[in-house]
Amino acid sequence: MSAVTTPARQASGGMNVKLVNRIVIYGLLALFALFYLMPLFVMLVTSFKTMDEIQNGNMLSLPKAPTFDPWLKAWGETCVGLTCAGIKGYFWNSIKMVVPAVLISTMLGALNGYVLTKWRFRGATLVFGLMLFACFIPFQSVLLPMATILGSVGRFGVTLQNSIGTSFGLGNSTVNLVFVHVVYGIGFTTLFFRNYYEAFPTELVKAAQVDGASFFQIFRRIMLPNSMPIFVVTVIYQFTNIWNDFLFASAYAGTGDAMPMTVALNNVVNTSTGVVEYNVNMAAAMIAALPTLLVYVLAGRYFVRGLMAGAVKG
Amino acid sequence: MAFLEIDGLRKRFGQVEILKGINLELEKGGFLVLVGPSGCGKSTLLNTIAGLETITSGDIRVDGRTITDLHPSKRDIAMVFQSYALYPNMTVAGNISFGMEMRGVPADERQKAIDKVAKVLQIGHLLQRKPSQLSGGQRQRVAMGRALVRDPKLFLFDEPLSNLDAKLRVDMRIEIKRLHATTGTTIVYVTHDQIEAMTLATKIAVMRDGEVQQFGTPAEIYNNPSNVFVADFMGSPAMNLIPATIGGNGGDLAVVLDREARQPITLPMANAPAGLSAFKGKPIIFGVRPEALTDPEGAERNASQIATADCHIEVVEPAGSDTFAVTNLGGKGVVARLRADANIQPGTSTPLAFNLTKAVFFDPATENRIR
Repeated sequence: MSAVTTPARQASGGMNVKLVNRIVIYGLLALFALFYLMPLFVMLVTSFKTMDEIQNGNMLSLPKAPTFDPWLKAWGETCVGLTCAGIKGYFWNSIKMVVPAVLISTMLGALNGYVLTKWRFRGATLVFGLMLFACFIPFQSVLLPMATILGSVGRFGVTLQNSIGTSFGLGNSTVNLVFVHVVYGIGFTTLFFRNYYEAFPTELVKAAQVDGASFFQIFRRIMLPNSMPIFVVTVIYQFTNIWNDFLFASAYAGTGDAMPMTVALNNVVNTSTGVVEYNVNMAAAMIAALPTLLVYVLAGRYFVRGLMAGAVKG
Repeated sequence: MAFLEIDGLRKRFGQVEILKGINLELEKGGFLVLVGPSGCGKSTLLNTIAGLETITSGDIRVDGRTITDLHPSKRDIAMVFQSYALYPNMTVAGNISFGMEMRGVPADERQKAIDKVAKVLQIGHLLQRKPSQLSGGQRQRVAMGRALVRDPKLFLFDEPLSNLDAKLRVDMRIEIKRLHATTGTTIVYVTHDQIEAMTLATKIAVMRDGEVQQFGTPAEIYNNPSNVFVADFMGSPAMNLIPATIGGNGGDLAVVLDREARQPITLPMANAPAGLSAFKGKPIIFGVRPEALTDPEGAERNASQIATADCHIEVVEPAGSDTFAVTNLGGKGVVARLRADANIQPGTSTPLAFNLTKAVFFDPATENRIR
C-alpha cells in the first residue's frame, strides 16, 4: 500500500513546497517594494495637500482636494535662508554646474580610455591603476586641500581681474564646483570607457590609421560614434552623482548666488520661521529629484544595455 | 631592382625577438604570400610593412623609396584586415570613401571612385547599407573595395578569408586571384592556409619562429622544400616523411625502409642527389608526396625512376576524386594517393609505385635537405 501511495504524496508535497516558496518569494518582494516606495508615496501625496489636511489628516491618505500650490510656492516663493524667491534659481544653478561637469568629465574619460587601450604607452597599466584610486578616495579627505587650491585659484582670478580685466571664471563658485566634479569624476569615467574600449576591435583603429585619420579624427569619427552605450552609462552615472552631491556643494558653494539645488533644499527644510510647511518641503524635494529621474527614464534602457555590453562580448 | 624590398628586418618586443632578420623581395605586380603556423611572425611582418608596428632594425623599400619610418597613411599602401575592420557607424559608401575624405579628396571625385570600385566588386546595391546589414562575403568585398579605391602601390591582406565558411572561401580566393590578374597590383598576403598560399602566390615565404624558412615560387616550395618543416607544412595531405637508411652496393645507392614484421623495402636509385652518398649506412628522412606514391598503373609514365614495392594496406579512404591508402613504413603511417577507381582492399598487400624523381631526402640531425 505504502509503496503505491508514496509517489503521489511526494508529488503533492512537492507542489505544496513550490507554492509556499512562491508565496514567500513574492511576499518578500512585495514587502521590499512597499518599503521602497512608501517614502516616495508619502512625499508625493503630501506635496499635493494643503497644510490643514496635513495637520489634521492621515499621512498615507490621498489628498482630498489636490492642489499645485505647494509646488508653485516651492518653485517661486519659498524662503531659502533669508531670501524668499523659491528654489528656481538654485535649480538653474545646479543645471549650470552639472551639465558642463558631466560633459567635460565624460569626454575626458573617453579620451583617457581611448589612449589607455589604443595608444598604449610604457606604464599605461600603472597609470590606469593609479587613476582607479580616484574612485576610492573618501571625499572628506580632500575637502581641505581642495579648498586651499580653490582659494589660490580664486586669488589668481582676482589678480587677473585687476590686471587684464577678466578672471576667466577663476574663483567663480560654479566654475570651482565644475572643476572639482570633473577632477573627481575622471577616475570613474576613465574606468568605464577604458573597459569598454578594451573590447573595442583595435583593427578599426589600425584601418583608420592606414586610411590616414589622425589621433583626434579616429577618436571623433570612429571611437565616439560607436560608444553610445557606455556614453549613456557614464552620463547617467555622472549626472546622478554630481546632481545629488551635497558635500562639495555645501563646502565650496554653501552660501551665495551659486548655491546648488541640494544645498538650497537643505536650507528650505531648515528655515525655521513659523510653521514647517511640509507640503512645500516635499514639493521642493520632488523638484530636486526630478532631473535624475528624467535622465533614468530617457536613457535607462541604454543603461542596462551598456552595463551588459562589455560582459557579453568579452 | 625589386618593387618591394625587405632588408634584414628585425623586430624585438623587450627580450623576445619576433622577427629575426627577414630578407624578401617582390617584383612589381607580384603576389607574395607569407605562410606559416600561428605565432611565426607573419602578421607582425605584414604590420611592419603597413607601418602599424615599428621595427628594431632593417629597411623596407617600395618602388625604390624607403618607407621604414613613414606613417601608415604616407606609405601608399592599403590593407584588408582579418576582421574586415569596417567602421560600424558608416555606410558601405562611407567606409570606402573614408580614406579619401581624410586626404581631402573633393566629394564628387569620391563619388566617382566609389562607383568605379562598386562596379568592379559588384557591391553597387549595398552602398547605402551599414556593415551590420551585410553577410560575411559582402563585408569581405567591401573591405577589399576600401583597399582598391585608394589605388595604392602595395596591397596588404591579413588572413582575409579565415572568417568565411569553406565554400565562400574558395569563391573569394578565386575572386582575389582574378582581381590580381585584372588589376596587376602588387600584393602581400598573410595566411596560415597552405592551399591559399599555393593557389594565389607568385612567391611564397614560409615562416617559422620569426625566420623565413624558404622563399621561392609555389612550385619550388612544393617540389624542392629546403627542410623538413617546409616539406611538412606545404601540401595536403602532407608529404610522407619516412625514417629510412641509405643502403646499396658500391656506387649504387638505395633507400631502405623498415617495416614491422616484414622484410624491409629496398628502393634502388639511379640519380641520387650528390650529397646522399655521405649518408650511406646512416639514417635519413625520406620524403615522398602522396601523389608520388601510387598504384603502378597510375604512376607518371614519363618519370625516369619508379620503384615498385609490395605494401601492406591498413586503411583505405575513398575521397571521391582520389582514393587514399595508408600503409606503414619506417614505423609511420604513410599515405599513398591512388586513382579513384583503384581496386584496393584494406588488410591486403598491394604493389605501390614510388616515384623517386619526386622524392626528397633530409638529414635527421639538422632537418635540412640533402642535395
